[in-house]
Amino acid sequence: MRHFFTILSHEIRMLLVNPGTYIAAVFFLGVMGSIFIDLLNLYSAVPQETSPATVFFRLFWVPVLFMVPLLTMKSISEERRHGTLETLLTSPVSTTEVVLGKYGAAYFLYILLWGSTAVFFYILQKFAGDSRFLDAGPLIGGYLFIAVSGLFFVAIGILASSLSRNQAVSGFLCFTLLALILGLNFVSNADIFSNETLSPFKSIVQRAQIFQHLDDFSRGIIDTRQLLFYVSGATLTLILSILGLEAKILHS
Amino acid sequence: MSADATQPDSLSPAIEVQNLVKSYAGFLAVNNVSFTVRRGEILGFLGPNGAGKSTTMRILTGYLPATSGVARVCGVPVATRPEEVKRLIGYMPENNPLPEDMRVSEYLYYRGRLKELGRRKLSSRINEVMELCDLGRERHRIIGKLSKGFRQRVGIAEAILAEPPVIIMDEPTIGLDPHQIQLVRDLIDSLRGNMSVIISSHILPEIEVTCDRVLIINQGRIVTMGTPAELRRDIIGHSVYKLEIACDVEQLGPALAVFEPSIKISETSAPDADGFRIIYITTDRDEPIGESLLQLLRSDDRFRLRGLSRENPTLEDVFLVATRRSRDIIDAPKKPRR
Repeated sequence: MRHFFTILSHEIRMLLVNPGTYIAAVFFLGVMGSIFIDLLNLYSAVPQETSPATVFFRLFWVPVLFMVPLLTMKSISEERRHGTLETLLTSPVSTTEVVLGKYGAAYFLYILLWGSTAVFFYILQKFAGDSRFLDAGPLIGGYLFIAVSGLFFVAIGILASSLSRNQAVSGFLCFTLLALILGLNFVSNADIFSNETLSPFKSIVQRAQIFQHLDDFSRGIIDTRQLLFYVSGATLTLILSILGLEAKILHS
Repeated sequence: MSADATQPDSLSPAIEVQNLVKSYAGFLAVNNVSFTVRRGEILGFLGPNGAGKSTTMRILTGYLPATSGVARVCGVPVATRPEEVKRLIGYMPENNPLPEDMRVSEYLYYRGRLKELGRRKLSSRINEVMELCDLGRERHRIIGKLSKGFRQRVGIAEAILAEPPVIIMDEPTIGLDPHQIQLVRDLIDSLRGNMSVIISSHILPEIEVTCDRVLIINQGRIVTMGTPAELRRDIIGHSVYKLEIACDVEQLGPALAVFEPSIKISETSAPDADGFRIIYITTDRDEPIGESLLQLLRSDDRFRLRGLSRENPTLEDVFLVATRRSRDIIDAPKKPRR
């Protein structure tokens, strides 16, 4: 792991000088900002029961579906397309270090962008002067959920990027995989699962209730099973990325 | 692993390859290749496209695993200790891939860090290689905006950055103009004695000038190997002399045959206005016979000699003959492989 930090700092640097990152950031903050404004309009019109943070984080899937592919699609596919992966892997660096370095950089940026939305709540509190808007519990729970689930989502992006030389293909693949995982939420009650033989699948799907996890986190329930779901998911996906990349090299 | 085992052996040859085989889905890209590169030697790798040059180089760098056979770099086996081998090698892949959006100095710094050079040593070493590769004025330029010649120099600078004992360059002069080729050649020449170098190239005069030994590979097999002079002798097998002479060709043949039985007239041109023809003769004699030939023809009144020179077959001729022959008798290489 000697070169992990060298690769990580290099990757963060490259992401920060890449215009694509700023386009993604502007897009992200624009979308999140307008969602937030709509939310405030709603709250000023009719009194609501839940805190604005809870509602805000419930829309986390919008940026996840678009941001994660944008942040990760380039990472490995670009290196493979340019052939720079060959120079990288013929220096004393292992595939694991390369994958983890790229993953770390993408995750850092993901967290940085989400972190910048904290400014919305700060502005709200500053100008509204009403502490009821800034309920610390759901806010901290929401950000914690973003940080933990991000581990898994960004890892999926890295896996998709390691599977194709073409950035666009990687991006679409990542989008599809994320949509599938987020969509598991809606199929757990499907009729097909009433079949006895499919009950193991049903229990898997019931564990992958990402929206339910968000609600739990917002209420301050930190369930280790949920933490384990994201951490093990991320680990497994990264292992698959490393193995996939090595298999691709073997047949290059 | 003990400290002793990680230490590369300083006495073993720089590169040792024995019976190397690499197959892709039934296709043999490298077929039973064996060769050795001594310390400080420059070896030229020649062969048509798809002959297995790049594959062999990639196996030596530890990037690709071989199907069977042994490859050692400074005594360290590539298959079992690729991490150590990567520390012993500076590699410039085919087409020299470089990140487009980095500055030259940033790139060299990043690569130096990956190659485990200390921060302090690295900055002075970067200045050194930039000086060596004449990149000083380009150090702050973005790599994507550099001309091909400069990109190539960045690739070479990167390969020699960590001062590895072995440098492997896949077609370092491809796509360069003659002036740039000269620069690259001088650069490689300056490594002679300090580092062992393997270069592959299609530009044969290039290889001839730079390399101590040449290895010709075709269809995954080594066709022949040796110094350029040895290859000429072994592959072409005869010497050619060019005469500018005014005479009766009928008389020339017997006169030459008395002097040296193996001489044959291979080509005769039509006489020019003064009656002089250009005649090519071949002989199996390897040592120079120009002087005695000159004396013989000058002393004979029937012949008026205006010029005599020995024609050196180029490496290109050797290459063409060797690769053509290898297609016919690929299983029986003419020369023993060591």
